[in-house]
Amino acid sequence: MASKQFDIKSYTGFKGITLLCLVILYAPLVVVTIYSFNASQSLTNWEGVSLRWYADVFIGPESGKFKTAAKNSFIIAIIAATTATAIATLAATGMVRGGKFRFRTLSFGLISLPLMVPEIVLAVATLIFFNSIGFERGLLTILLAHIAFCIPFAYLPISARMQGIEDSYEQAALDLYATKRQAFTKILLPLMMPGIISGFLLAFIVSLDDFIITNFVKGAGVETLPTAIFGSVKQGIKPNIMAISTMLLSVSIVMVTISYFVSKTDNTK
Amino acid sequence: MAAGAASGGSATTDTYKEARTWLLLPAWVTLTILALAPVFMMLIYSFLTKEFRGGVIWEFSLSAYDQFFFDRGLFGDEAPKIEWTYVTIFWRSIWQAGAATLLSLVIGFPTAYFIATRSESMRPVWVFLITIPYWVNLLIRTVSMKFLLRDQGPLNDFLINIGLIDSPLHIVNTNFAVQLGLFYSYLPFMVLPIYAAVERYNFALSEAAADLYASKWTTLRRVLLPAVKPGVFAGCILVFVPSMGSFLAPDLLGGAKNFMIGSLIEEQFKGNAGNWPFGAAASMILLTMVLIILMFSARQQAKADKAGG
Repeated sequence: MASKQFDIKSYTGFKGITLLCLVILYAPLVVVTIYSFNASQSLTNWEGVSLRWYADVFIGPESGKFKTAAKNSFIIAIIAATTATAIATLAATGMVRGGKFRFRTLSFGLISLPLMVPEIVLAVATLIFFNSIGFERGLLTILLAHIAFCIPFAYLPISARMQGIEDSYEQAALDLYATKRQAFTKILLPLMMPGIISGFLLAFIVSLDDFIITNFVKGAGVETLPTAIFGSVKQGIKPNIMAISTMLLSVSIVMVTISYFVSKTDNTK
Repeated sequence: MAAGAASGGSATTDTYKEARTWLLLPAWVTLTILALAPVFMMLIYSFLTKEFRGGVIWEFSLSAYDQFFFDRGLFGDEAPKIEWTYVTIFWRSIWQAGAATLLSLVIGFPTAYFIATRSESMRPVWVFLITIPYWVNLLIRTVSMKFLLRDQGPLNDFLINIGLIDSPLHIVNTNFAVQLGLFYSYLPFMVLPIYAAVERYNFALSEAAADLYASKWTTLRRVLLPAVKPGVFAGCILVFVPSMGSFLAPDLLGGAKNFMIGSLIEEQFKGNAGNWPFGAAASMILLTMVLIILMFSARQQAKADKAGG
């Protein structure tokens, strides 16, 4: 029976296509990573392994530009992700533990609005908004825009986690004369930690990676890593861009991996 | 990743009912000011008069929409003809997004099916492998793709070395490169919903079909496919919608001949040729198309839920 069931489920070629899918997804990333270690000045020839392009990123002629851009990127990502996670955690508590209420669907629609509107449209809208209220474009406009579109990315894993936690733990605390505030801070928040960390990391990556919205709302001369990379790439792909790309993609992959394992931990036991 | 858990749909409780307004207030305020109000302001801007150095004059005008659809000659005094330039760009965007969606479906469906039929402990690992690239910076992924596909790039080198081709394939700056880039950008969006649907599918149905002498491909086509249709539909929407408004793939992989909506909009807000009301109008038209597609898909989904329940 077992072999027959296996037979019904499997189709010839599907495994091959899956492997092809993985190759397509990873080949460009692997190739760029390999070529970032290329000793050659040219993109085409391979002249052995070297760290010269990494050195170029840190001490080369463009290093000042990239350092400032990286600093901007990380400051914005940390503040935007922290703010968005705090807002999303409170909102998730209101949505998942706040009973039924009239504007529930509407609230969910508002929270997921930045995901439904095409990114370029949100970019145009945000630029126009800042312009119409006379808000000078700069780091602060980037930060505010990032907080807005990070909220849904933080909200989804946090609310998913909260739906998976029974409220019996909080009820038990309330039965033992804990206040609502204590039940929230001493019971629910610690249980929620994996979801919150996971939401924070996703928001952090999304902010760190954003190009389109940043490109619209940044002031002249203000750069984040993606806009600096885009500016460079417009003049042709250079090996130092591959070194930066490799570093940035490593950060993303490490954070997603942490987020994946954290969100899997079960601390309700 | 969150999709599976979120659709678990466990009932909500009312432990913090009294504090609800205060809990939701920061999200309401932030998103109303930074997402909803900007979209309304964009709608208003699309009906204003353009200022030549970028920005607007606060005077009502339909000229942005008029310019989009009608050609009135260089001085605006000729009889209006239909303007095809922008409609063509929209049409190309729809076409490119459609081709990318089809490509994603052809590769994504077998992949999703294969993952959903792995052992329960292996499935999350496969899903994780498929989603990792999505979290890598889209710009870096697009640049990597361009590097790989270049005339002197590693792909052409490889194909020449194994003797499959004699001269490099020109892929960059073609429609196909853009489709490939879009496909690469959003493939996980196709795989995940189909995976979720196939995972919930009851394979006893396929066995019943096989017992009644249906061939394997007939079973796939007539039993499995109708059952997982909502997942396939959701995947297509999730790839099509962001593809249509994408900017990076057409800009970096397509070159000037393969202009899409995203580039048209971007051009209005960068540099000196900017026409803000026109850019706002083009954005509104794109947003309207997306909202129609989303509403249509929500109705399909509701229909499917009814049929399923």
